[in-house]
Amino acid sequence: MEIPLSYYLVLSGILFTCGVLGFLIKRNIITIFMSIELMLNGVNLSFVAYAAHWHALSGQVFVFFVMVVAAAESAVGLAIIIAVYRTRETLNVDQVNLLKL
Amino acid sequence: MLSVTAFLIISIIKTLAVIGILLTAVAYSVWLERKVSAHIQNRWGPTRVGPFGLLQPLADGVKFIFKEDLTQPHVYKPLYIAAPMIALVFAITSIAVIPFGNFVYIGPWGTYLQITDMNIGLLIVLGITSMGVYGVALAGWSSNNKYALLGGLRASAQMISYEVSLGLSLVGVIIMSGSLSLRTIVEAQGGRFWYFIPRWNIFHGQTLAFFIYLISAYAETNRTPFDLPEAESELVAGYHTEYSAMKFAMFFMAEYANMVTVACIATLLFLGGWNGPIFHPPLLQAVMPVVWFCLKVFFFMFLYVWVRWTLPRFRYDQLMAFGWKVLLPLSIANIVYTALVVAWRA
Amino acid sequence: MAGAVNLLVQSHPINSALSLIVVMASLAAEYLLLGAEFVAAVQVIVYAGAIMVLFLITIMLLNAGKEVRSKGSHVATLLGVPGVTIGALLVGWTLVGRSSTTQLVSIGALWGDPKSIARLLFHDFLLPFEVTSVLILIAIMGAVVLASRPEAIARDPRKDQ
Repeated sequence: MEIPLSYYLVLSGILFTCGVLGFLIKRNIITIFMSIELMLNGVNLSFVAYAAHWHALSGQVFVFFVMVVAAAESAVGLAIIIAVYRTRETLNVDQVNLLKL
Repeated sequence: MLSVTAFLIISIIKTLAVIGILLTAVAYSVWLERKVSAHIQNRWGPTRVGPFGLLQPLADGVKFIFKEDLTQPHVYKPLYIAAPMIALVFAITSIAVIPFGNFVYIGPWGTYLQITDMNIGLLIVLGITSMGVYGVALAGWSSNNKYALLGGLRASAQMISYEVSLGLSLVGVIIMSGSLSLRTIVEAQGGRFWYFIPRWNIFHGQTLAFFIYLISAYAETNRTPFDLPEAESELVAGYHTEYSAMKFAMFFMAEYANMVTVACIATLLFLGGWNGPIFHPPLLQAVMPVVWFCLKVFFFMFLYVWVRWTLPRFRYDQLMAFGWKVLLPLSIANIVYTALVVAWRA
Repeated sequence: MAGAVNLLVQSHPINSALSLIVVMASLAAEYLLLGAEFVAAVQVIVYAGAIMVLFLITIMLLNAGKEVRSKGSHVATLLGVPGVTIGALLVGWTLVGRSSTTQLVSIGALWGDPKSIARLLFHDFLLPFEVTSVLILIAIMGAVVLASRPEAIARDPRKDQ
């Protein structure tokens, strides 16, 4: 069964758009962070789709690097969130608006 | 090659048979645990329900079905009901890639004794193990109870910590076999060297990896000596405090199904799977591999129970320190050593 | 896709996290369809199995409750949703309009096996591989330092006497 490449690209674009929207709309830091992960996943999908389209395996290898970077960034980001929570006692982005406590 | 309908029917038969055997094995591993623990503690264990208490799991199953299914008002309903199902589904799914024996012929049809042979079979098992953490974490959260939450968090942190050394200890085996497919790994362990020592991976250089795998698996399935998340004296009952009757039975079954999966993987990767002396008659030739496989899995289940009732429990910080500071460097050292030996021999 | 939209719509972060897990699992299935089996397995193990567990643990630890919609949030929603949607539609229309992207991709051509990926990873992409390992090391150290309690790394004044 053959699926046009554009379907995968459109799906990847939708995922990315949802990620961007979540980043803008949501007020909870953790949900914003999850939207970033969603964006990264959308990009991963388009990488793999192009790798299958052009029969170039380096697309899949690049997916690895994106995943690794996403893992590292989520670890550090969650640590930052925990540190921010300790000082501000809130997870609402609108209330974290003082440079110094 | 088989036609599509024949393949489909054979696959369905295999799936039903394997799941049936797995659930029976889970039920009877409860019996095994009670008997073995009883004899270790110098008492009898279940003896009344059938000969040697063999019908005890049936009685327990009936009891669980008839027990009152309490649902507290303060729990978060969707996750509360879904969490044991998630745990059970992921515990049973990994049996799909586990091979039990060689190619068998039944009449004109031949099939592998395995539901499906994927060439990344080992990675699939690792992935499903990773997903099994969700059942525990979500159960702790949805119970809306601070003991359950703490138990769930501790359990999930323990499970993801020991997953790392679990996976890394298997890399040595993968280097030696050259493939991630479980069937290829077992076939690479056929034959003997020095004429009487079988070529199993545990004798062939992966002894350290075997012990690391075993310890990580005990921690991964939340069994003693790492069973702090569900210990009665510590956190009431940990993440399944608020569960009763059927849902608790599902957690119970998920734990034992995880144990069976771990035993199967240990058998396949370290003890040679279904390799063993095969006798000549053709009927036996088809059946003996499965018998050997079952014997080895039984040995691992026995080992599980034996260790549980012999060793005391680790404290949580000792547990985490052991996983990160001892097992992880050891498994990485094992990878380096195995890679060096394989590269030197080539 | 339903999972992605659900992430936006849900007000409790736990529900958003669960829908993100659903997204990742379905992406793993998509990768299998595209023939990238190793990437699919790694996606399940790393992304859905470890990173999302981290998210879940953080949400549970910090006891995140339902979201509070503020004025800034309403402004962002009013301006952001149309703006981003229009931008995305433009990009999508440009992409789909080109003829090369209506090429067909066959399903089930499983060729992303671990051996060939490993060959690429360790021969052609060795430098990025080593650099990312250093990156992970730095990330581990950073996370440990950031999340530890301040008094654990501050010097104990009584020790200096």
